[in-house]
Amino acid sequence: MQTFEFIRPADPAAAVATAAQAKTAQQGADVRFVAGGTTLLDLMKLNVETPTRLIDVNRLPLDKVEATPDGGLKIGATVRNSDLAHHPTVQRDYSVLSQAILNGASAQLRNMATTAGNLLQRTRCMYFRDTAMPCNKREPGTGCPAITGSNRMLAILGASEHCIATNPSDMCVAMAALEATIHVQGAKGSRAIPMGDFHVLPGSTPNRETVLQPGDLITHVTLPPPIAGSKQIYLKLRDRASYEFALASAAVVITVASGSVTKARFALGGVGTKPWRSPEAEAALVGEPANAANFRKSAEAAMRHAKAQSENGFKIELAKRCLTHALQMAMTA
Amino acid sequence: MSSSKWTRRDFLETSLKTGAVVAAVPAALQGQNSKEDAVATAGPNIAGAVPITLRINGTDRQLRVDPRTTLLDCLRETVALTGTKKGCDHGQCGACTVHVNGRRVNSCLSLALMHDREEITTIEGLGAPDALHPMQAAFVARDGYQCGYCTSGQIMSAVALLREPCGPDDAAVKELMSGNICRCGAYANIVAAIQQVRKSA
Repeated sequence: MQTFEFIRPADPAAAVATAAQAKTAQQGADVRFVAGGTTLLDLMKLNVETPTRLIDVNRLPLDKVEATPDGGLKIGATVRNSDLAHHPTVQRDYSVLSQAILNGASAQLRNMATTAGNLLQRTRCMYFRDTAMPCNKREPGTGCPAITGSNRMLAILGASEHCIATNPSDMCVAMAALEATIHVQGAKGSRAIPMGDFHVLPGSTPNRETVLQPGDLITHVTLPPPIAGSKQIYLKLRDRASYEFALASAAVVITVASGSVTKARFALGGVGTKPWRSPEAEAALVGEPANAANFRKSAEAAMRHAKAQSENGFKIELAKRCLTHALQMAMTA
Repeated sequence: MSSSKWTRRDFLETSLKTGAVVAAVPAALQGQNSKEDAVATAGPNIAGAVPITLRINGTDRQLRVDPRTTLLDCLRETVALTGTKKGCDHGQCGACTVHVNGRRVNSCLSLALMHDREEITTIEGLGAPDALHPMQAAFVARDGYQCGYCTSGQIMSAVALLREPCGPDDAAVKELMSGNICRCGAYANIVAAIQQVRKSA
């Protein structure tokens, strides 16, 4: 592991000022915030991450879950995943978020991982994690060996000829379906970033994963007021029953009146280079009778642009069934 | 068993007492980060080492560690508490499970520095051979181990589980213990031991 200077800032402004000196906030960052450390230390041990300065944000006052004036929820950046999942308001009004978090990782990791850290979770692609391998995300221009190599766990949506790495987070899929907003304090002030705009597609710059700039510190996430009467399900399909990443997952939030879908928000995990919303699939469902056939039609719309890699074509059908099944489960939730 | 037999445990304890360096910062980096090169008051004298205080099993320990030292390596190497095991060193097996402020964590994926002034509980702090923690006693009674390598992590994880929301049935326990892997496959007895403690509480 590359050695580093360990800094404990007195307040968020000090954290931002130090981090603003970084050359980048993306892959290769020389200055990193550390919260739970579950992704960062994992990658530092592999020398995929090599910061020379670590800014410990664990003792900043960013660890509360509070109601917002508009009836929504404000989730501090350093709230532990387990605390968030077990929070009574989250379980009552944003159940898909609690379900998603509890479907991820292990109990130990959920006790360490934080809201902001989970938003910034890195791909599990084996080539990215191995510095002996070429990787456009780690070293732009070196190539993507996954495309012609082992890609069973990788993406069928949002990929490019430069990178097919999946976003592995469960929490992010629920946050996408709930239309969360990410609040950032940066060198030039504060701003609010819609969840859908936070992660970027790999395109020709897979080393860039989010819109964050040097100095940007996620301070909290807000959720809009809960959709009254919504049915929420997170369904995760994977090789093991627990403690395993998704092959395909779906977070659904729907409301039904007189047997027809009145509101539909869903996001897919395990299949995209970022948490995957499909506005066309959601629109296709609204106004339609809430039955298996229409759920399936919507799922097919969501996967219309899916592109199989050499080893993961099964994910296309799996994701359709996952979303269809999640919607059916939601009906009885 | 011969009383003069020199065990690996004896070697480790002696090495640490004589201050043998167990982690070295490369010479090229020594000048880069060290704020002072003062001799350590406790622990090996390593250039670039940072002072921290960890409250381990109820006792404050003043330490100096290389910043890269994980909580796991600090416990095993700096403080010589080798009950916590290193399985995968990447948060995937749970053998390194300890409690920080009462909550179970993977000590391999955390830096010692991050826990300055925090309470750490290891397996050594849970009970003693003549005063077993009820979970330890249950593991013995139910034969919840074979080689024993995952066992300290399993027990630390299970004890913390007692304080977490968990459904009553075996499936719920298995789900919440999924972060602790056992290569010997002692799972059935591990779950039985945990359920025994839960039901007797």
